This record gives sequence, C-alpha cells and structure tokens, in this order.
Amino acid sequence: MSGAQPGEAADAPPGTAGRSMGAAFVAGALFALGLGVSGMTKPTKVVAFLDIAGAWDPSLAFVMLGAIGVYGVARRLILRRAAPLAGGAFAEPRGKAIDAPLVLGAACFGVGWALGGFCPGPAIVSAGSGSGQALVFVLAMAAGVGLHAALPPRRRAEAPDGAPPRAR
Amino acid sequence: MTDFTPVAGLLGGALIGASAALLLLMEGRVAGVSGIFARALGSPLRNLRWRLPFLAGLVLGGLALAQVTPASFGGAPRGPLLIGLAGVLVGFGTRLGEGCTSGHGVAGLGRLSPRSLVATLTFIGSGVLTTYVALHGAGAP
Repeated sequence: MSGAQPGEAADAPPGTAGRSMGAAFVAGALFALGLGVSGMTKPTKVVAFLDIAGAWDPSLAFVMLGAIGVYGVARRLILRRAAPLAGGAFAEPRGKAIDAPLVLGAACFGVGWALGGFCPGPAIVSAGSGSGQALVFVLAMAAGVGLHAALPPRRRAEAPDGAPPRAR
Repeated sequence: MTDFTPVAGLLGGALIGASAALLLLMEGRVAGVSGIFARALGSPLRNLRWRLPFLAGLVLGGLALAQVTPASFGGAPRGPLLIGLAGVLVGFGTRLGEGCTSGHGVAGLGRLSPRSLVATLTFIGSGVLTTYVALHGAGAP
C-alpha cells in the first residue's frame, strides 16, 4: 500500500493516473461552478439563509436539495460497480456513532460558518477569486485544523492516520 | 438582504451533486471539502494524487468565475479579526465533527446517514443561533 489509505489505490491501474487527476480537477471546478451559480460564494447570501428572524433567504436549502438529489441517485448507480474507475475500493465513511465530538464539532463549525459567512468549499473558491478576506479565512481554517491535530489523540487512536475517515 | 433564487439554487446544487458523483465514480471517495483540505495539509505528496487536483479545481474555478461574473463574490459581512476567528472555528469544528456542509450536508444526507443528519441539523442550528445573536441580540447594530 506504500502509505496510501486502505481502499485507495496506492498505484492506480496503468494509464489511469492522468485520467484520475483530470477527473478530480474537473470535479473541483464543477463544484466551484455550482457554488457560483447558486450564489453560495456570497457570504451575505449564506448569512441571509441563517437569518430566519430577518429577511430570510431560503435559497441555500434549495442548493442542498439539488445536490442531495443528484448525488443520492447517482450514488446508487455508481455503487453497483465493483470498484471505482481509478482502482481501489469504494470507501464511504462507515462511522455510525452519534457522539459528543460529532455534535460539539458541528456546533463549533456552525458558529464559525455564521460569523464568517463561509464554509470550507466557498472559502477556498473565493480565495481563488482573489478575495483577501477569504484567504484570511482559509489560513485561519488551516490553523483550526492544526489546533485539532494538536489535541490529545483520543479520537485518532480509534482511526489512526491513514484509515478512512468516518465522515467528511 | 438577498434575493430568493430557488432555480439557481437547484441548478447550482445539481452541479455540486454531479461533482461529488464524479469523485465517487472515479476515486470511490466522498467529496467532503473540509476533509480533503485537512488531509492535503499534512499528508505526504503521494496521498494527494486526487486531492490536490480537486483543490486546484476549486481555486482555479474561483479564479475563472471572478473573471466571468465578478458579482459572484461579495465582501464578507464581518471584519478581518472576526473572519480569522470564524476560520479557526470552522477548521477546528469540521475536524472534531468530521465533516462540513459538503461531507455531512450533501454526501452524508445523500446516503441517508443519521450521523450526518445530526451534524447537519446541529451546524445549521448553531449557525441560526449565532446569526440571531449577532444581528438581533442585545447591542446588535
């Protein structure tokens, strides 16, 4: 496996490496386009969704609905395959536990999401657009990731680095 | 004040769903941006085979969007100090809770994961509360 994660091809089947990188790039660009089309790169629009006591804009719920609908159907078809195109195995998060870290982490994320008007995808896309504030946000996000990595590894003992994450 | 745009929302959402499906089809992986970002920070280069191109697609997609529709990007509603604090909370929270709007909110709900449903309801709930306090609480502008 030479350091690759379980379920992930350490060496992609011959000839697929370039295709694999190309597909991942297209997926990233498509993701950015979807965020742009739906207006989710605008922090004001995200905050307007969260502001149910003000001039509420429920658009974000429709973005999620569209994404979940397409992904949910496509996923069922894709999982009929024996393996992903780039090799390896399908590695969806398998965790079932609804525990304190899940809820505390999600709550903490929601506070930051509301304060900044960014979640990770739109923040990275906006940083690419040249927004200084988004760049500050992404750097701070990296610091937050580092802060978590510096915590005592209670959770990471269960899922050692290199194991498939339980949910992302 | 922003306009309610359900059609653009559904359309953009469908593109995001297609992006996540493409990643699942090709790599067998879930398109969770916070997880991909976090792993890209601390992994040896050989583990970044598809993660780096995905992140590059996000960044260059943003760059391209800014050329075509600069209005897609608005100023963040808060000052840089608050933006910094918000970023730290998002980076930390998405690691502790193992997912964000994409990993839990789209991919997780797309496979009907109860864990992701709890996470999604929690971050929307805490986001609504935070917004309420910030915009309508005592001393709010």
